[in-house]
Amino acid sequence: MKKIINDPADVVTESLRGLAAAHADILRVQEDPNVVVRADAPVDGKVAVISGGGSGHEPLHGGFVGVGMLDAAVPGAVFTSPTPDAVQAAISATTGAAGALLIVKNYTGDVLNFETAGELAAAEDLEVRSVVIDDDVAVADSTYTAGRRGVGGTVLLEKIAGAAAERGDSLDAVEALARKVIGQVRSIGVALTAPTVPHVGEPSFDLGADEIEFGIGIHGEPGRERIKAEPADELVARMVGAVVEDLPFTEGDRVLLFTNSMGATPLVELYLAHGIAERLLADRGIMVERRLVGPYITSLEMQGISLTLLKLDDELTELWDAPVNTAALRWKA
Amino acid sequence: MGCTPEGVANALRGAAAVIAEHRAELIELDRAIGDGDHGENMNRGFQAVVAALDSALPETPGGVLKLAATTLISKVGGAAGPLYGTAFLRASTVVSNQPELGAAEVVAALRAGLEGVRARGKAVEGDKTMVDALLPAVAAAEKAGGGDVAAVLSAAAEGAATGAESTVDLVARKGRASYLGERSAGHLDPGARSTSLLLAAFAEAAR
Repeated sequence: MKKIINDPADVVTESLRGLAAAHADILRVQEDPNVVVRADAPVDGKVAVISGGGSGHEPLHGGFVGVGMLDAAVPGAVFTSPTPDAVQAAISATTGAAGALLIVKNYTGDVLNFETAGELAAAEDLEVRSVVIDDDVAVADSTYTAGRRGVGGTVLLEKIAGAAAERGDSLDAVEALARKVIGQVRSIGVALTAPTVPHVGEPSFDLGADEIEFGIGIHGEPGRERIKAEPADELVARMVGAVVEDLPFTEGDRVLLFTNSMGATPLVELYLAHGIAERLLADRGIMVERRLVGPYITSLEMQGISLTLLKLDDELTELWDAPVNTAALRWKA
Repeated sequence: MGCTPEGVANALRGAAAVIAEHRAELIELDRAIGDGDHGENMNRGFQAVVAALDSALPETPGGVLKLAATTLISKVGGAAGPLYGTAFLRASTVVSNQPELGAAEVVAALRAGLEGVRARGKAVEGDKTMVDALLPAVAAAEKAGGGDVAAVLSAAAEGAATGAESTVDLVARKGRASYLGERSAGHLDPGARSTSLLLAAFAEAAR
């Protein structure tokens, strides 16, 4: 393993110090437990939007802290959900009378730890609600598994819920919007290589040189099947098909298409894949009205991409377009 | 061993040593069907438990178990933190403020721990999780309940070892491994293995 690190145990904390140094105008970092907080938090009268999860998925979630998106992010150890006391620290640093919405990805550890934190916050008379995002179509949502995972759709959900909170929506309204987004966003991911977790020191799984894991989650853990490597046209068609047929998205739908790099796939391949996906969606009569392309929810240095489709309406489009100022996502109206 | 605060603390120290010794093995088991962090997370948590016990030893066995619970919840993360944390928390509650535990209390604590894990993780027997080690452990402990603490814990450890071994053939239906479906069969469940290691360490300390 070759990485630009010191002691594997210090990777997250040292990285957060760098994040704070680079973006002091946007956010600040509290240590022990580690929490990334909006520079101007707590914002009076505003619903706090909080998310978190294992580290190693940067810029998720710390890179999305700032005006128009998250009030706080709770980074756990690499690929390990944060502990309830860390979530509670994020709630304390950002939450007032307007309450807080916790955005939780559907992974067993995240759900359990955020659930416990929510109970602790309720005991302090803070109004905290949670939504669980489960946009991954690779996994059958059955009672016999932990259910669909939260993957790329998390980024879009954080942006839209954050914009709603920023414009002054109530906790009820922000929560309802979040549930609406969760209902109409779907994703699929593929891996070409495995990531190496610093404290493990070897790749998370074994994948042959000519193999692709189809339907991965954000830790590289598998979903549907292992396939032979194939040209981008065929691979992207397989991905678009899986996403479109799930909701299903139909002719005339307006969508946001998010093409994400899992860390090591370069932009040349990412744009190539995005172009194919846009063409395939146009062929189906699905209108791509907004786009996001880049490494936004990654798995360390894993090669691979994910595709996410969100069905848009006027309100969601307006919230997507609303100003945002974070380390990783920044635009004006 | 008397099941005093010192005795329970020593058992936890022993457990921490065993987890440290098997850290790489747990990582490897988890790498096969999860994401490879179980050994690291458990080791971080139990080292923190030892540090907490070194700085202040609670006055009752229940207090020691509670300190272990809150430390595990705040240091482990992942799914293992809340699950093991809940197990120790429920175990501590059921023995309340008694100064020393007998065999019956130890059995009750094990049963409470199992129920806590089941409530928090919603896993049932055969899901390929730590429940598959804990359930036979508690059954064996209840059977040996007429004996002393050492006999109870040693029965529990044997039950857990057999239960953990049984997870090899199972297809995972909970947690990270469930995404592998049929491909999860043929691998020992890391959570069941760590449960078995912990109970073996407790049994060893009671001997």
